[in-house]
Amino acid sequence: MNMNLTLLGQTISFFIFVWFCVKYVWPPLTTAMQERQKKIADGLEAADRAKRDLQMAQEKAGDTLKDSRAQSAQLLDEAHRRSAQMIDTAKEEAKAAAEKIAAQAKADVDAQIATAREQLRAEVSRLAVLGAERILQTEIDAAKHAKLVDDLAAKL
Amino acid sequence: MAEKGSAEYYIQHHLTNLTFGRHPELGWTVAQNQEQIEAMGFMSIHLDTMLWSWLMGLLFIGLFMLASRRVTVGVPGGLQNFVEMVLEYVGGILKDTFNGRPSATIGAIALTLFFWILLMNTLKLVPIDYFPYSAELLGIPYFKIVPTTDINGTLGISFGVLLFIIYYSIKVKGAVGYAKELSSMPFAHWLFAPINFVLEVIALLVKPVTLAFRLFGNMYAGEVIFVLIALMPFYLQFIADVPWAIFHLLVIPLQAFIFTVLSVVYLNQAHEDH
Repeated sequence: MNMNLTLLGQTISFFIFVWFCVKYVWPPLTTAMQERQKKIADGLEAADRAKRDLQMAQEKAGDTLKDSRAQSAQLLDEAHRRSAQMIDTAKEEAKAAAEKIAAQAKADVDAQIATAREQLRAEVSRLAVLGAERILQTEIDAAKHAKLVDDLAAKL
Repeated sequence: MAEKGSAEYYIQHHLTNLTFGRHPELGWTVAQNQEQIEAMGFMSIHLDTMLWSWLMGLLFIGLFMLASRRVTVGVPGGLQNFVEMVLEYVGGILKDTFNGRPSATIGAIALTLFFWILLMNTLKLVPIDYFPYSAELLGIPYFKIVPTTDINGTLGISFGVLLFIIYYSIKVKGAVGYAKELSSMPFAHWLFAPINFVLEVIALLVKPVTLAFRLFGNMYAGEVIFVLIALMPFYLQFIADVPWAIFHLLVIPLQAFIFTVLSVVYLNQAHEDH
């Protein structure tokens, strides 16, 4: 247990090892460890952010779905309404057209009846005149007796 | 000198370092016995202490340099994992005891102290006879492999720590500031400055001495017990040897830890302005 040069030798050894450590061991290793720590922290943060983003996206998708559903319902309603309206309009138009056609037909029939009646009248008056001529054996001046014949015809 | 083969000789042999030094009559040579070692005095060096502290130091530096050369930010391999574990541990010591951000040098000092001393202490678990006896067969008079059971070994390291303390004190406070600090306490009056200075210098010198003697005392005492156990009949040794070795599994890292923590505390004090 005597002091000797080993003391100095050991001190010098200590300094040499510390120097090596400062130069080649401590900085690269601690840097790597810190970098990894940062990387892990970043990774965790990114994962958190992704989770938040996903949630937001899901919410957005839900909203969009709801919106579109409402919109489609609205569109469907509109379409229903429009089609009902169109059907109504068409019905009315058809009804009007039918009425018109019917009126026309009636007018035609009336006109034809009138014409036929006229013809019949004329025929009847001619026949009446002819009959009267035969009966009277005399010629009736058509012009002279026109009023009489016409009166007769009007009575028919 | 004790008789060869006696218990006293055995104990003394196992507790003596292989000393190379300048003998007054024989010149520079390896001491063959106690008398020669005593005659050499200060101008001698413990070859075994130096060899094994360097082997352990190189193992430490080699291991950590290998790891730092292959260092990756990605998934670390086995060696890097181990090295990072040690670094985390030392980083924890620094975080607990060092105020402010420790520089790379402080980190390196703490790491070197902890791991180097740990490795040197661990040598103690090598069965006590292996190296001294093998060396004796090879004609080497003494061979004590645990550098921390040599007071020169521990005092050498703590002397290095003292130099770092002084260096950082002057670096942080300036030579004048440091001198002022040394002479202004504990008695805050200018008349007491010389007394303060003497007291503070003693307090400063006590730091490395206590560091060295604490480590040396623990290790040396353990070594002595191991040697004494080795004197028991070989079939009974395990009864005492195993518990003592298991106990030393605790003492070895604990002493490395204490040495490191206290050194960091002292270095922290050197950084603080009073």
